[in-house]
Parts: sequence; C-alpha cells; structure tokens
Amino acid sequence: MATAPRFWRENPSRYNLVGFKCNNCGNHYFPPRIICPLCRRKSVGKIEPVRLKGTGTIFSFTEVHEGMDEQNMQRPYIVAMVELDEGARITGQVIDCDARDLSIGTEVRATLRKLSEEGSSGVIHYGYKFIPLCNGPAASENE
Amino acid sequence: MRRVAVIGTGITEFGELWDSSFRKLGIGAGLAAVEDAKISAEQIDAMYVGNMSAGRFIRQEHVGALIADYSGLVKDHVPATRVEAAGASGGLALRQGFLAVASGLHDIVVVGGAEKMTDVSDTESSMIQSSAADQEWETELGATFAGLHALIATRHMHEHGTTREQLADVAVKNHKHGSLNPKAQFRREINRDVVLRSPIVASPLRMFDCAPSSDGAAAVVLCPLENAEKYAEVPVEIVGSGQASDSLALHNRKDICTMSATRVASDRAFAMAGLSQDDVDVAEVHDNFTISEVLAVEDLGFFAKGEGGKATEDGRTSLEGDVAINTSGGLKARGDPIGATGVAQAVEIVTQLRGTAEKRQVKDADVGLAQNVGGTGATAVVHLFRRA
Repeated sequence: MATAPRFWRENPSRYNLVGFKCNNCGNHYFPPRIICPLCRRKSVGKIEPVRLKGTGTIFSFTEVHEGMDEQNMQRPYIVAMVELDEGARITGQVIDCDARDLSIGTEVRATLRKLSEEGSSGVIHYGYKFIPLCNGPAASENE
Repeated sequence: MRRVAVIGTGITEFGELWDSSFRKLGIGAGLAAVEDAKISAEQIDAMYVGNMSAGRFIRQEHVGALIADYSGLVKDHVPATRVEAAGASGGLALRQGFLAVASGLHDIVVVGGAEKMTDVSDTESSMIQSSAADQEWETELGATFAGLHALIATRHMHEHGTTREQLADVAVKNHKHGSLNPKAQFRREINRDVVLRSPIVASPLRMFDCAPSSDGAAAVVLCPLENAEKYAEVPVEIVGSGQASDSLALHNRKDICTMSATRVASDRAFAMAGLSQDDVDVAEVHDNFTISEVLAVEDLGFFAKGEGGKATEDGRTSLEGDVAINTSGGLKARGDPIGATGVAQAVEIVTQLRGTAEKRQVKDADVGLAQNVGGTGATAVVHLFRRA
C-alpha cells in the first residue's frame, strides 16, 4: 500500500488539471514537468503552470473488464485517451455513459470523482474523470 | 568493434510451472546453454540476467547474484548484472552481452532471462505488468496494460481499417506455430471463433488476444566470432543490434499506431548489419497482444503502415509466408515469462538459422530478426542474426 504523500503531492494536477505551457515552443503538456521534452534546456525558466480547461475529444477508448484490484468494484469501466482543447493528451475514465454511445471524436469534459480507496478505512484518492458533453452540464458538479 | 557470435542456447519449458522456483528455472536454461556451447564454468567472463520484476513476483531482488550463486559461478566471482526494461529486459540483457564481447572487454558471456509469474494471483500479475506503463498518470487512472493496448487497437482500426478478425488471425497463426514447438506453453491450434468468443479483457481485445502469464527462462552463450568455430558447429553471428526509447506514457506520443522506438531501433540494427527487410527470412516479434504484432510487422518495415492486419489475414506472416513471424508461437503461444522473452526470441532465431527447428523450420533460413518491447513501446530492442 502506498503512503499518502505519494498521492497528495500530485493533487494539484489530479484535482485541478494543472499542466504546463512551455513559453519557448508554446505547447501545453500534462502533467507538469521540470523541462519541456522538446525544447529541453531552452525551456528552463520558461515553464508556466497552467490550469487546463478540461474540455476535449476522445482520441481512443476502451471498456476495461479485467485486471485491476482498485477498480474492481466498478468493472467494467471505460478508459479513454482524451485530446484536450489546449493540445495535451491525457488518460482517464469516462463515466455516466455507455461505451456504445462513445466514438472517437466524442466531446467530453473533466470532472472530479473518487478514483480509488485503500481498503475500507484507508485513504480515498480523488482525481479527474471525463463525462460526455452531450450529457449536459450538471449544475451540481463542483469543478 | 569485434564481431560477436552465439555459440550456445538453452531454454526451459514455458508455462504454469508450479514445481519450479525462479532459481531452478534460471539455472536450468543457463546449464543447457553452457552444455550446448561445450564450455566450462571457468571460461565464463560475465553474466547478464534479464528480469522485470522478481521483487514483486517472488519478493526477491538482487537476482543477478542469486543466479550466479546457484550456477556455481561465485567460486570464481564472475560478475553478474541484472538488466531491467520491463518486457524488453531479455533483449536488453542480450544487447549488454553483445556490447561486452564486441568491446573486447569479455570473451565468453552468458546472457540469461527469467521470470516466475505464477506465484501471484492473475490480478496481481496483471498489475505488475501495468507498472511498465506510467504508474502515476496511466495505471492509477484505471488504464491496465491490456487497456492501453486496447487504445492502440481502437485507434488502429479507426485509422487503418484493421478488422477484429485480422487481430484474431494473429493469435490463430501463433497458436498454429506453437503447436509445432515442443517447448511452447500452448501447443493446441485454435480458430477465429475461439478468439472472438473468448471473454473481453479490454474492448476490443479478448482473452485470446493476450499473451499468458508464464514461468520460464532462456539463455544464450556469446563469444567473439573468430573463436566461434571452436565451440559451435553452426555459429550464428549477431550482425546488428539497435535500441531506442520513447515516452513512458502512451498519451505523450503523437501517433499511437506506430511504435517509433521499434522503428528507430530497427533502423539502427539494419544499418549496423548492412541488411534490408528483404533479407530477413524469419522474425520473432513482441506479440504481447495481437495488435502489438500488427504494429511490429509494420514498424519493422516488413509491411506498409496499415497493412499489417491484411498481411496476417493473407498468410504472408505464416511459416510459408513472405517472412515467417513468430515461428516459436510468439509470446501468445510459446508463453511470455517477461524477462525471459527477449532471450527466448534469440534462442528461436538461432535454432532456425542452425536449421534445427524441425517441424517449424523455415526453409533455408539465413537471416533472422528479434524485436523485444518494454511497456507500450517506451523501450524497443532489435537484433539481427545471420548464419556465420
């Protein structure tokens, strides 16, 4: 079982989709990095943390039926690679929909949900998941 | 740089080997390779061991020393090094051995690979395999290792029109080849229906699209080519070795239908060898999932991008095809004890080039290739072999 800090230190990105923009090449990335993988040393001092909007389209997706303890309660669940409007790609679950209603290109938006919990009394991990835009904006969602 | 030859091979049975421990498997393969090369322990200068995750599979790290110890090599304090690059651990261990002999530092090197996967549950095994991907930004968000390959498959079908049936044909072919390999984990032929009716793992991939969890080990012995005839009737030269890296997470790659690391490693190996794809008679590629073989035969340059599925369907990758792919049965049917796989691929290619592959022998095989992949393509290792 992992210790709490391992998850806690990634919370800004997990909760608020904080990525970064490289002000040398202008590209957006997620999650944050120390240097831009393309500009390398030229990007030092030019990395700007950016909160990504969380809207984008499905680049590819799958319905997972086997293989993970932490998600076992939710199986099957959908995992997608989402291309965010800023250009960065991100991997996460797609919820509140049926896999049959999804296709490559489906518009989605990010929302905050429970990712997993460690046993019945352990730490609960929260993070982003995605909802198809056609489900409509849910006013009760805390984004 | 010295030219390097393979002078001995050894391999255990692959499968769910309840009565075999990690050390028993490793030593079994090593002894067989040393016996095949007709060398004595005193001649061994160094050993490299490919292993992905003994720490999680059997709670044992430091397995380089462990195998050296149980092989009787600590009497002479032979240096033993464990090499890890997830699924590419074995291929990378082979490359380390190749570099050590080519450089002139060592004369006789044993390269082994071993994994003992079935001491943990299937779910645990699957989670360990997923750690080859980006644990913090893929796996913990729900992406299993099969799930990531399913993302590749969905996209490949979308961009290139690859069909579900063509993916099944990869498994059907590799099971057919496996039925001709007495060391294979699965030696039974299957048909398309078996694949298409098997349970979904991560859509569109089903159980028969996935390589199994396996126990097993493989080993080869290397020496300078100029000395090879002393030890082997038919020495096989390693004529090219290439390695490349890519982003750990799949989502950081522009084109997920191409494994750029495979392309680059393959270009580097072919350039070193002065050979082209047309020269290759037989290849072992990293079919941990059926879609992976489709990508591999494209990215290695045997078929154009998008044509891998069709080429498989048309039989062009079978034993009698343009280039025989995975004559051992591949990861799918021979089995995939992760750290052993890259070395097992080398054992199969050497067996083919020696002309001793019996029922699965490719006629007049002269040049062979092995492609070993770590993660979803963050590491790729490609070796080219030629009958000396």
